[in-house]
Amino acid sequence: MSTKQQVLVLYLSSSALDANVIAWARYDGTGNDDHMAGDSDEPLYRSGVEALADGWRLIQASPLAAHAPGDEFRTGYLKYEFFFEKLVDDD
Amino acid sequence: MMTDSVKLNSREMATFAADGLLRLDGIVPDSINQQFLAEAGPFNKPQGSERPDQPTNTLTNFMARSQLPTVTAGTVLDTAYKETTALGGLVRLPRVRGAIESLVGSNSLVDHHFLHLARPRTFYEAGGVPQRSQHTHQDSTIDPRRAFDIQIFYFPHEVGPHMGGTRYVPGTHLRIVSESAIARYQNIRGQQHVVCPAGTLIFMHHGIWHGGGVNRSDEVRYMFKIRLNPSVPQVRLWDTSDLLDEDFQQRPIFFRKEPTNPNDIASLLTRPQPWFEGDTGRLEYINRIRFWRYLLGDESFDADYWVTRIENEPSTSV
Repeated sequence: MSTKQQVLVLYLSSSALDANVIAWARYDGTGNDDHMAGDSDEPLYRSGVEALADGWRLIQASPLAAHAPGDEFRTGYLKYEFFFEKLVDDD
Repeated sequence: MMTDSVKLNSREMATFAADGLLRLDGIVPDSINQQFLAEAGPFNKPQGSERPDQPTNTLTNFMARSQLPTVTAGTVLDTAYKETTALGGLVRLPRVRGAIESLVGSNSLVDHHFLHLARPRTFYEAGGVPQRSQHTHQDSTIDPRRAFDIQIFYFPHEVGPHMGGTRYVPGTHLRIVSESAIARYQNIRGQQHVVCPAGTLIFMHHGIWHGGGVNRSDEVRYMFKIRLNPSVPQVRLWDTSDLLDEDFQQRPIFFRKEPTNPNDIASLLTRPQPWFEGDTGRLEYINRIRFWRYLLGDESFDADYWVTRIENEPSTSV
């Protein structure tokens, strides 16, 4: 028996963990599920807190960074990224 | 240009400024679609050394056999495609010509074109290779310009819901990212999957986030993309005759007693997308307004006071 990692990435509408999910990704180290771009139009959870309630462990959250002078209005990557994991015993 | 041109109106241009795309379903007549598919040539099952896990080799062989032309980067559009060819007919359709002229001017340049093939399920099953969708990406590379290129996505045949039509996210075009650095974003609220009749064109700003889907049908899916560069400032190139005084005037904001007209330029520029973050959604409005200023050639334009407020620097009091 070995332990495999499942990863859930949620992008929320603000830095609050109970904010709405606006984007998401999943990776499954067990190989049971094969997730890929464009495979769902509705997220599994409505917020980060809902993911916690379903047993996902938060392992990383994006920091809040100061806005560089002259770059305050430039938009780029999604700001509020939260990584979760589940550890699954793989028989 | 030599043929008729039906230009975009101001509402269509403002929609493009906000969403980063305009879609014209079934605009290309079937005669051109059929001619295009014939000139592209049939896609055969892997032959000889071609393998499903080496699609580049397969595509190289396909292009070599195709009658579709090659075009040198920077060629003036008018001279790029002979009138008698499918692509020559397509770019000379009045509605298509008008859209191109409205967005990138009458002497735009062909950057490149490419035929994207989504191979059918059987192609991968034969080789035991799993089908994967294309990661979300922005084409080319980091591009912080105010000027913009357009990419015409041409779907020459009907695209059904199981054919993996291009996935795209409206409103992402003004975000400055580095190509496939956004691949981690598997799904985004508001993402669209192209399902369309034959002859559909989508005119996209070069910055739109997109990716190809998985073709679960038994037919090859064709999509032809043409990237065009402007050769003039993209200022008031469309039919501006519908611009009204109220399109330049401020209106009550936040506390309103009457609903706003959804077709006002200000309404179109401040229409949110489902994926907007709370704070940066407001930056999107600001960036759209500044984009519209560029298109309008009017640095005083504002919608719902978003830019006026942050530009207000009163001089020393008298």
